[in-house]
Amino acid sequence: MKMNAMSRISRRIFLAFALLTAGLAQAQLSIEITGAGASRIPVTIVDFPGDPAASRVITGTVRADLERSGLFKLIDNAGLAFDENAAVNHADWKSRGADALAAGSIGRAADGRMEARFRLYDTQKGVSLGGAAYVTSNVQLRAAGHRIADFIYEKLTGEKGVFSTRIAYVVKARGQYLLQIADSDGQNAATALTSVEPIISPVWSPDGGRLAYVSFEKKKPVIYVHTLASGQRHIVANFKGSNSAPAWSPDGRKLAVVLSKDGHSQIYSVNADGSGLQRITQSSGIDTEPRYAPDGGSIYFTSDRGGSPQVYQVGASGGDAKRVTFEGNYNVSPRPSPDGKSLAFISRREGRFQLAVMDLASRQVQIVSDSNKDESPSFAPNSRMILIATEVGGRGVLSAVSSDGRIKQRLSVAAGDVREPAWGPYYQ
Amino acid sequence: MKKLLIPALLSALIVGCSTTPLPEDNAGAPVESRSGSGTGVASVTADGVDANGLPRELTDPKSKLSQRSIYFDLDKYDVKDEYKDLVAAHAKYLVANKGFKVLLQGNTDERGSREYNLSLGQKRAEAVKRSLTLLGVKEDQVESVSLGEEKPKNAGHDEAAWAENRRADILYRAADGRGEF
Repeated sequence: MKMNAMSRISRRIFLAFALLTAGLAQAQLSIEITGAGASRIPVTIVDFPGDPAASRVITGTVRADLERSGLFKLIDNAGLAFDENAAVNHADWKSRGADALAAGSIGRAADGRMEARFRLYDTQKGVSLGGAAYVTSNVQLRAAGHRIADFIYEKLTGEKGVFSTRIAYVVKARGQYLLQIADSDGQNAATALTSVEPIISPVWSPDGGRLAYVSFEKKKPVIYVHTLASGQRHIVANFKGSNSAPAWSPDGRKLAVVLSKDGHSQIYSVNADGSGLQRITQSSGIDTEPRYAPDGGSIYFTSDRGGSPQVYQVGASGGDAKRVTFEGNYNVSPRPSPDGKSLAFISRREGRFQLAVMDLASRQVQIVSDSNKDESPSFAPNSRMILIATEVGGRGVLSAVSSDGRIKQRLSVAAGDVREPAWGPYYQ
Repeated sequence: MKKLLIPALLSALIVGCSTTPLPEDNAGAPVESRSGSGTGVASVTADGVDANGLPRELTDPKSKLSQRSIYFDLDKYDVKDEYKDLVAAHAKYLVANKGFKVLLQGNTDERGSREYNLSLGQKRAEAVKRSLTLLGVKEDQVESVSLGEEKPKNAGHDEAAWAENRRADILYRAADGRGEF
């Protein structure tokens, strides 16, 4: 299909790091780019003068971010280093093929911390597109790089960048389940929860500070809310039967949850502290996988009320549900995009489970992956990329796919299965 | 066990009421230690329960009640006709032994959505529960839960493994709290 016609970037970026967990000290996470946009913006990031090691970390992060997005083509900077105030020979860079150029420096802020400054230029027009300075510490240099990459991305594409965001996912390795948080490039992974029982369905609170998820540590599915900075967590739903599939309301005050306390899975809403339980759906079949529309007014969910699992939409406080998917006999895991324009879900076609994206205005559906076992889609906050769990060579990996299917990245952990991805909100 | 007790009681009665010599093969015969032969040692518990504290009737492979799994078709949660007799046998036992409880664990194969599979496993467990209660088992004797695709019995990735994992299991617990859950 589409992939065959696409340019394939053979270059692989292997980013190795030591996970700070006792059980997985040797785990390596690698990112492989397997597709790119049809037209990529040629851009040069020159080296930053000053501390060469710090420059390498920052410019390396910026270059890797832009390259990985599939929307940029990195033009060699010929080893040149100059800062954000130096005069730029636009004609020269234009002739080297760069439409844009970023230069910068690393200095000291008044309080003694590091400061990364940079400026972005349009070499075609020979003008500055603006710049910024980010105060940072030595261990946060990569974070500064991500913020510079976000700035460049937004100026050149018109969309907000997501390089400064974080992702959550579950690693299963050596009989343990690890709920991990990493930067959007897979680096800086930290383990928020370790359990010998399954952990599924993590979802980020809209403020990015908490995760709701389902843990089987009490020998049955129970929903928790976990504050990442403190590690504090509390039970939101632990009723008779299963408690699962949490989804935050856009204002972060409520969660839609799935409870089987009355015999089979139905959708309820509950306050984030566990109070104020209200039933939302009423059916004799399976209702699960709720997700609030970005305006908070309705909930997309999976139901088999029509004889096969399909996506439906219901008002946020209940009422009549209307069917959203019609093609095929297995459409599950609906995820509305943050911009409200599209709906990602998993569709089974001829025995293959694939990522599908519906344009909500036209109701057109496009299959955007070429794998067989896609699960758990999660939109980036700019709605451009979708993170999914899939399988390669019998192992669980994460794959980021652009919503038009053109760009693909793969994230895998050598030591185990990676699954249940959740892309966090914008950096705050 | 009752069958074995009767001759023992009879012989006790005979001893008490009569001077007739006892038949030799009846005198002091151990009630339940005939399974061993050679150097093997068969473990036997005196009151006829297994290691979990359940009556052997529930776990002896020769007993129908030792069959505890009900298998389902892809995406389905209706109990197939071929399992009606098995469910009826368990219902009969539970009706006759009201102190016993069962935990029904629903499972699915690994394909598709984890959350949908959790709900599908619940429906499978619930379908078995409904069959039992329709046959007279009390509601409070039965609990249904789902393990979804999280605890596959067969770790394989082919049709045979998937078929084995589309399953509801019946776990027993005796009135004294001993049992399989």
